This record gives sequence, structure tokens and C-alpha cells, in this order.
Amino acid sequence: MALHKIQVFRIFERVWHWSQALLIFTLLFTGFAIRDLHRLIDFQTAVNLHTLAALLLLAIWIFATFWLFTTGQWRHFLPTRKNFVPVARFYIHGIFKGEHHPYTKTYRRKHNPLQALTYLLLKTVIFPAIWISGLLYLAISLGLFDTIPAPGVGLLADIHTIAAFAVLVFIILHVYLLTTGGSFVDHVRPMITGYDEADLTDEEYAYLKQDEPGKIQD
Amino acid sequence: MRIKSLTLLVPLLVLLASSLGLAGEPEENIEYGVSEYATTFQDKTLKEHHKRPSTADHAEFEALKGPFSSGPEVTKACLGCHNKAGEQFARNKHWTWEYKHPVTGQQLGKKTLINGFCTNARGNEGMCAQCHAGYGWKGERFDFTALENIDCLVCHDSTGSYYKTPNSEGHEACSIMFEDKPPIEWAQVAQSVTLPSRNNCGKCHFFGGGGDNVKHGDLSSALFNPPKSLDVHMAADGLDFDCITCHVGEGHQWAGSRYQMTVFDEKGAGKPGMPRDTASCASCHGHKPHPRDNVTSLRLNRHAETLACETCHIPEFARGGVATVTRWDWRGAGKLKNGEGYKLKEYTQGDGEHRATYKSIKGDFQYGENLQPHYAWFDGAMRFTTQETVFDPSQGPVELNSFRGGADDGNSRIYPFKRMHTFQPYDKGNNTLVYMHLWGKDENAFWGNYDLQKAITAGMAEFDKPYSGEYGFVETYSYWPINHMVAPREQALACDECHAEQGRLQGIEGVYMPGTGASRMIDRMGLLMVFATLLGVLAHALLRLVSSRRRAH
Repeated sequence: MALHKIQVFRIFERVWHWSQALLIFTLLFTGFAIRDLHRLIDFQTAVNLHTLAALLLLAIWIFATFWLFTTGQWRHFLPTRKNFVPVARFYIHGIFKGEHHPYTKTYRRKHNPLQALTYLLLKTVIFPAIWISGLLYLAISLGLFDTIPAPGVGLLADIHTIAAFAVLVFIILHVYLLTTGGSFVDHVRPMITGYDEADLTDEEYAYLKQDEPGKIQD
Repeated sequence: MRIKSLTLLVPLLVLLASSLGLAGEPEENIEYGVSEYATTFQDKTLKEHHKRPSTADHAEFEALKGPFSSGPEVTKACLGCHNKAGEQFARNKHWTWEYKHPVTGQQLGKKTLINGFCTNARGNEGMCAQCHAGYGWKGERFDFTALENIDCLVCHDSTGSYYKTPNSEGHEACSIMFEDKPPIEWAQVAQSVTLPSRNNCGKCHFFGGGGDNVKHGDLSSALFNPPKSLDVHMAADGLDFDCITCHVGEGHQWAGSRYQMTVFDEKGAGKPGMPRDTASCASCHGHKPHPRDNVTSLRLNRHAETLACETCHIPEFARGGVATVTRWDWRGAGKLKNGEGYKLKEYTQGDGEHRATYKSIKGDFQYGENLQPHYAWFDGAMRFTTQETVFDPSQGPVELNSFRGGADDGNSRIYPFKRMHTFQPYDKGNNTLVYMHLWGKDENAFWGNYDLQKAITAGMAEFDKPYSGEYGFVETYSYWPINHMVAPREQALACDECHAEQGRLQGIEGVYMPGTGASRMIDRMGLLMVFATLLGVLAHALLRLVSSRRRAH
């Protein structure tokens, strides 16, 4: 095992990440306007932007889901117990003692176990909640379904809103954690350039060297 | 110092005195007498008649050559050819002033009802029946089977020279209403007949309640010649609709009723050739009126399942410079100046006309223009407080008409109304509304004698209604659906007129409206979650900072 600088995020993932970030910010901003939590834009503009951003994000998601399953990258998000306790211990204890982050990326695991679990929850609980409630609501408001009684629509909106707040909580934690176990810039850079240090086995290194030399940047 | 305070004090005193009315009302606003129609409504700008291609030129008919000396003579000539028109019209509300409500079974109509304006036409027909499409209705003994008394001309005249005066003389103070009228050229008017234009309908319907736009709020003389911004359908430089373009019908029966309204039109929105004798928006625009080429329009079409078209497309009523009466207070009626009844004209409306804020014969008025309607669920059926209804005035204002409706009956829409606020006489002993005897030459008529007790006693006795002998004033509300003065689409309500906290539809139940702060609990929970996270992150960061400092030492 040795550390090498390799491509951990492909161009597709980086474009996916940043367009998703932009759209989620748009959705939060317009969604809170629709909820009358601020009046920086008028209701009609907010609704139309929210719908447009949602449909764009949905399109990106369809691509991403296809990509995750065809490339096998979905395995990065499987929950694992390996290194879970040391990582958790680091955030609640070690970090105050000046310890180093106990996790190093590997070729098959670019996320630490806490990260992987968070993303998994995001992808299987929060995002489905927001998509299902949002799409149902959209379909009802566009007249694709017969209307349902007001409390039903209100419930959909409430589920959607709670999920949106959960996304915002995720974003806060996500950004804050970039400052831990290394500098903020070091953590953001891989999502821009695509390259980061990862622990490679000799076999992995040999394979990359042979078949995908562009992925190594030593 | 003392002089300074004096110079301040004097104008202050004057101001105080004038505000208390000590300085007196400005003399130029006072008009003596009780006349209501010194200038007739026909002096208002007349819209030019459509030149309709007709298969007959009435000017060439022998039967219409005349000479005629009265209305009934003309009517006989009309009925000589139009031999079904008489019996058709004899069933029309404009003739019977009666209406049996198909849903509630209530007996309604102008013959019966008491409103929040002049209160009752019943017993005052000598004056009020100027707007009856007949000749000579003075009291209960009018013969509704005498078809020659039908007034064909009031609806079919196209010269604009035809007019009606009160059917009986009132008190001498009212005599001015009969003066200065050129005699009617009966033959000329008879030869001019055509389909009714808005000039015909408007001369009564624009002046309901005793003056321009007093009653409805959405029907005023401004509609004789409106700009597009006031009425997108009736504008001369636009579609130039007449009233009967929408109020369609055959055989002297036509669509449109405020007793039983078509809130959800299943009948008129059919395919070409199917019956469309309804006066609904949907009968032309359908149930999905917005173009289906963008998401906003799709959303608006969904809104049409909940809202009446009028709710968004008539953002304000009493537009176009003509005010409507919003509050009528009979409590002050009967005050005299120099022993004479008078009017005080202290409201100047948008078109510059001065409107009476006080009339000895009617009391005090408040006006409004460009008003936001009152909104409520409405299923179309109006229920009325009639003279027979016993109410409890201690339970708050009495609703002269009321209605039902809700999100779940499939038939109702959220509808705009003018809400009229009135303080009017009632029978304090029996807790009922009263008929008042307002018009007449006798000593009991309020318009001239100014004695409410006599007017009520006579008004009730005439129809054998019990009167306790003691009257008071009851606060009432009445609701007038708003349907006219449809604005161009650019002026339709913007989303955030309703989708906002304290929006226009605040208090409307049975709908979920985003943006109104409907479930603030959820928002608060969410914000709490966010703040807790921020706080946690901040605490974590602070701890890191403190511990790294400590290690550095």
C-alpha cells in the first residue's frame, strides 16, 4: 500500500456535484420564498424558478443514477463498519487532541464510513422524500391528477419542507466538515480538479499505470 | 412669549371649531329639496347603437306610422305582429317582479324583498316602478294580465329619447322630477326599435339602489362607454359587447340571476350547437380557460376549479370613476334645514361628479371606489332575510342575504362580493324588517313628511303585516356578487395578492395556499433544526480552537 495522487472524481461527478449544488441553492431560496419565509422575489417568479430548477435537477439525477449503477460507483455508498468507530471517535474526541484524521481514501472507498452513511441516508431517505412529495405536488398543481383534499396537499407540502430543512442541515454539516482533518481548500480542490491522495495497493497501482495512466498524477 | 402662544392658539381654536362643525357646512355643498333625478340618467354618454343587419325595417311598417299618444298604444301595435311576445314577457322577472327560488323555495323578487338601500319597492311603486318594464304600476291593484301595459320601448328604443317618469306624483317637494321633459315622439321611437343595447339595460341596471352604481358596485354609468382597462369585453375600442352578448336567451327569457347564480356552468360550456343560454364566463372560455402551453397556465387552470374567474379577473370594483355606496345609515334621515329636506354633496368621485353624503330622505352615505371585494365560498344559491324572517339583533349584524358553499361540494367557487353595510329601520317589538311607505302625496309618505313612525305604520298596514308600534335601527350586511368590469389580463391579480400572509383570501377554508404561512409550525421546527445545527457546528469549531490554543501553550 502506498499513497498516490489519483483521479477520485471524474468530470461527470464534478459537473454533477456543482450543478446539483447550484440547483439545490436555487431550490432552497425559491422554496423559502414560496413558503413566505422571505420576500426577496415575488411568488410567481419563485414558483416558476422552483419548478424549473427541480426539473433540471431531476434530469441530472436520472443521469447520475444511471451512471452510478452502470459504472459500479454505487458501491462507494454502501454502509461499512470498517473504520467507523475510529472516524466517529475522531470527530468527538481526537479532533480536539490534534490527532490526524484516521481515514485515507482508497481506490474502492473514496468516502470515509461516516460520509458514506450520510450520503446513503441522503440518497435513500431525504431525497426520495423530497422528490416524491414534490413531484406529487407538482402533478396535482398542474392538473395531472384529480385534486386531493386540502389537508392532503398541505401534508405533502409539510413533508417536502421538512425534507428541505434536512437538506439545509446536511449542507451546513457538509461545508463545516470540509474544515476538519485538513484544510478547507484541500478538501474542496478534489471536487474541482478531480485528483486527491488515495491509498493504493500495488495491484491497483499497476492496473492504473497499465490501463488508465491518465488517472495517476504522481 | 405670550404673543407667540396666542398666535398658535387662535388657528388651533378655529381648527377645533370647524372640526366640531361649529363653522357650519360649506354652503355650496347643500342642495335643497328631495329630487332624485333632476338630471336624467340618459344624459350620460350614449354609446352608438350597433348597426345590425335586420330582415325588417320597422320604419316602413304601416302599424307603426301612428299617431300614438301613449305607451300602451304602441305596445298594442307591437303585439299585433309579435303575437307571442306579450305572453312570453308576461313570465319575465322584469314584468312580474317575482321569483320563486328553485333551491330554497323562497318567494323572492322586487315585489317582496327588503334591501339595504331604499329598503322596499313594495308599496312605493309610484316611484320605484320607473324601472318596471310596464306602464302605470302605482300600487297593489296593477293588472298583470293586461299585456298592453308591457313597456316594449324601454328595452327596444334605439333613439335614446325615450324616458320614464314616476308613475304617481309624490310629495310636492318631488315635483321637479316631472319638469323639463320634452314630450316623447311615440311614432319615431316605435319605428326605431332594435335589440336592446347597453343604453337600454343600463338606464335601470347602472342606477340600481337610487343612483349611479349605488347598489352593485360593478354596474355603473362608466360602462356606457368604457375604456378597455375598465371592461375588456364592453370597451368600444375592443370587443364592444352589449349586455345581451353574454346575457343570451330566447323568447324573452334570458340568462343571469343573482338569486340563483351559475357558479359552476356545466350547461353553457358545451360544444357548438349545444345550449348555451347561460351568462357564465365558461360558456365562452370553457373550464380550462388559460392556454395550455406553459406551467403557469396549467396551474391557473387548476385554480379555475377552486376560484370563480371573477376573483382574479376583477381585481377591484367601482372602477372607472364612479363610486358605489358602501355604507348607508338611515339613523340620521329626516333632518331638515330651514324646514326643508336637503342633500349634502361632500364626496367627489373619480370622474369629478359630486355625490350626496347626506339626504334628508335617506340618511348618511359612505362611498368607495376601486374597492377590493370580499371573498367567500359560494354555491350560487342566495338565501334571503325577508319581512317574515324573525332575527335576533343582539346576535350582531343581520345578513339580508346569505349563502353557503365549500371546497367539498364540487359546485362552489371562491367568489368576489361587494359587502353592503346598512343601518336600517326594523320592528323592535317583533324583530323583523319593515316595509316603509316612502313615496306618495299623503301625509304618511316619508319622502316629504320625514316621519319614520308614520311611514312604517302605513307601510306595514298596507300589506297587513304586524307592526309592534316601536321601531329601531338594525345593522345589516348584504352581499352583491361581482361579475362585471372584467379587467384586461395584465391587470388580473398577481399570485402574491393571495399567496402571502394576510393575503386577500385570508380566512378561506378548505384550500391549501402556499405562501400564506399556513403551517408555520413546520417552518419553525425546520428553522430550529437549522439553528441547532449551526449552534452545534459553532460549538464544535470553538472547542477545536480552544483545544488547539491549549496545545500550543
